[in-house]
Amino acid sequence: MSNNNNIRMPLALRLGSSSFLIFWCLLAAFPIFWIAVMSVKLPIDAFNSNPLYVILGPTTVSQGKGLSFLDISIGLAIIVFTIKFSTRRLGTAVKKFSPGNLLWVGWIIGSLTTGLAFIVIFFGFLPPILEFFNEISGVLGTDIIGFSAEHYSTVWLERGFIKNFQNSLLVTTGVVTISLTFGTLAGYALSRTGSNFAFWILIAALIFRSLPHSVLVAGYLPFFMNSASILQPIFGDSAPTLYGMPWATIAVLVAINQPFTIWMLRSFFQNIPSDLDEAARIDGCSHFQAFRRVIMPVMWPGVITTGLFSFLLGYNDFLVTSLLLEAQNTTMVPAIATMFNMETTTTDQVVAVAAAVSIIAPLFFLVMFFQRQIVSGLTIGAVKG
Amino acid sequence: MMMVLFIAIPLASVLMQSFYVTQPVYEVLQVETCTPSFSGQVCVTDIKTVPKIGVNGRVETQTNFVGLLNYQNVIEFPRVVAAFTNKSWQQFMSIDFWKALRFTLSFTLLTLPLVLLFGLVIALTINNAAKSIRGPIIFVSLLPMIITPVIGALAIKWLFIGDGILTSFLEWLLEKDIAMFAQAWTIELMMMFYRVWHVAPFAAIVFYAALQTVNQDTLESAVIDGASRWQKLRYVILPHLMPLIVFVTLIHLMDSYRVFEEVIGFSSQAHVISLQWLTYDFLTLDQMGNRSISRASASAMLTMIGIVLLLIPVLRSVWMDYKGKKI
Repeated sequence: MSNNNNIRMPLALRLGSSSFLIFWCLLAAFPIFWIAVMSVKLPIDAFNSNPLYVILGPTTVSQGKGLSFLDISIGLAIIVFTIKFSTRRLGTAVKKFSPGNLLWVGWIIGSLTTGLAFIVIFFGFLPPILEFFNEISGVLGTDIIGFSAEHYSTVWLERGFIKNFQNSLLVTTGVVTISLTFGTLAGYALSRTGSNFAFWILIAALIFRSLPHSVLVAGYLPFFMNSASILQPIFGDSAPTLYGMPWATIAVLVAINQPFTIWMLRSFFQNIPSDLDEAARIDGCSHFQAFRRVIMPVMWPGVITTGLFSFLLGYNDFLVTSLLLEAQNTTMVPAIATMFNMETTTTDQVVAVAAAVSIIAPLFFLVMFFQRQIVSGLTIGAVKG
Repeated sequence: MMMVLFIAIPLASVLMQSFYVTQPVYEVLQVETCTPSFSGQVCVTDIKTVPKIGVNGRVETQTNFVGLLNYQNVIEFPRVVAAFTNKSWQQFMSIDFWKALRFTLSFTLLTLPLVLLFGLVIALTINNAAKSIRGPIIFVSLLPMIITPVIGALAIKWLFIGDGILTSFLEWLLEKDIAMFAQAWTIELMMMFYRVWHVAPFAAIVFYAALQTVNQDTLESAVIDGASRWQKLRYVILPHLMPLIVFVTLIHLMDSYRVFEEVIGFSSQAHVISLQWLTYDFLTLDQMGNRSISRASASAMLTMIGIVLLLIPVLRSVWMDYKGKKI
């Protein structure tokens, strides 16, 4: 049908539409692309006012840190090969080697090995080999684009970003697992009842979703700080002070996330015809068995999509984590905020840029692999709701 | 029946979750740990981190019921009156709460039409594009949305900071010296730009999905009836998208009303603050090592009242819709 449209469209409109599209793509990708470019340059280049200097980085090159034409082409070739392999071959390989019922374990192992092999080859073997080739290949081997990974090593090794990364990992995994567990149960229940009560719960969830996060934190903070004395009657002297504990943060994030999860999972569950549960019941399943054996397998796409959004919430959160965790013990996003607030020299700034890029790199891959799920997740709430 | 039990348990968990959310909010209102100082204006807060034993040399703290004092401290009514009697807008705007309120409201209301418009145009153009390039375009469009808000704001900031490339480009274009971070309105402009950049993809994707379900027969008959392209858009496509426009409006109102990450990302505390940032600021440690939790909760409550007021018209239309559907 769109083909039909295209033919009928006048040329001016077509030109306008496609140029707007190009403009939008540039607009969308440019800031991200730009900080990625900045992060691998020395400060003088990174904050140069001439854009060409920022991209090519003459100062970085003159210090002997650069990529030659050969480097770029071989590096790109390896990346393309890895992508091709993981999209085409990996699936069949996994199916071949893993036993039928443990397919997902096979997928995890398969993708882990692929990723690991890529990292080892790309960062371990490639640099020395390429150095050797660069020396003998003349013009092709001279550096044309400045590239230095030193800011990344500063961020990750010297500034202790690994610690923050672990915290991020802990918080996001906690948020995703807990909110999915509650969300699937609640969403299933809500999708299978027709009572007015359920409707009111949904409306309440909608209102809670609109609450500013700081309102919630303001509610939790006093409780967490005094929890040692509040919980004493229950736990005795070993009652913990919840403030600064990752678990407390996870609890708050789950509470923030829950309304959204329930809404989304409910609309996914509603897509599953209730005939399915009835059939399972007739075949002799108990209710829980029907839920676990029959409904859950059909639900995986929905669960994955919701999990993605919970992941994003936990991963991107600044407010809750920065308020509830100690400054030495935060996740990545608050860590970078303190980093760029303290920065004084331009080197520090580029280090902060490198940290920013390291934070968004996983998100980039996430979009790449789960684009379809994200789009469906965005639309399902809208179209069905 | 087992069905009841099976539904009841998750329902109870939902209910508990909902209590989980509300309870602290009310709790804070009751347990305001604020001791007003002699001036009556500044509220020095003691946090009850110690049990009320007081025997082992610890400071005993007091919890007083202070009524609306906290709210007064946030709104700073005397200063408002003073500002009004002087008829000075600037004086009015120097009060944190009103400053934040002004920015938050103008931010929310100004970005809303931009987001809707941008999203619609992007969706329409994606819909016009060839099938083969739609995937990559959607991928690129998703990036600004999915990115960590603080980082996204930072990325935009780095483009403009000091002699960043876009600033120097503007300087070259306008042939005058520009400092983007020196005055409030440029920062606000950049924040709005960032927000539109951040939310427009969401609107675009939602609209795009809906465009796939436009009734083609209606379109065809509109063409046969001699509708122009514009008329087609106006009378067939827009009505079809209307519920989604309401949906995006709702989400955007909720999200942009709690604008916060931009203030952090652009580190604009000195010039521009938002309501949620105000609460955040009350909650962080000040130089004395205190958190003014009571003031924070007062400002949080005010923020909440604000969002409810803002959402009432939209929620009402949703409610009508629901009623209509049921009948």
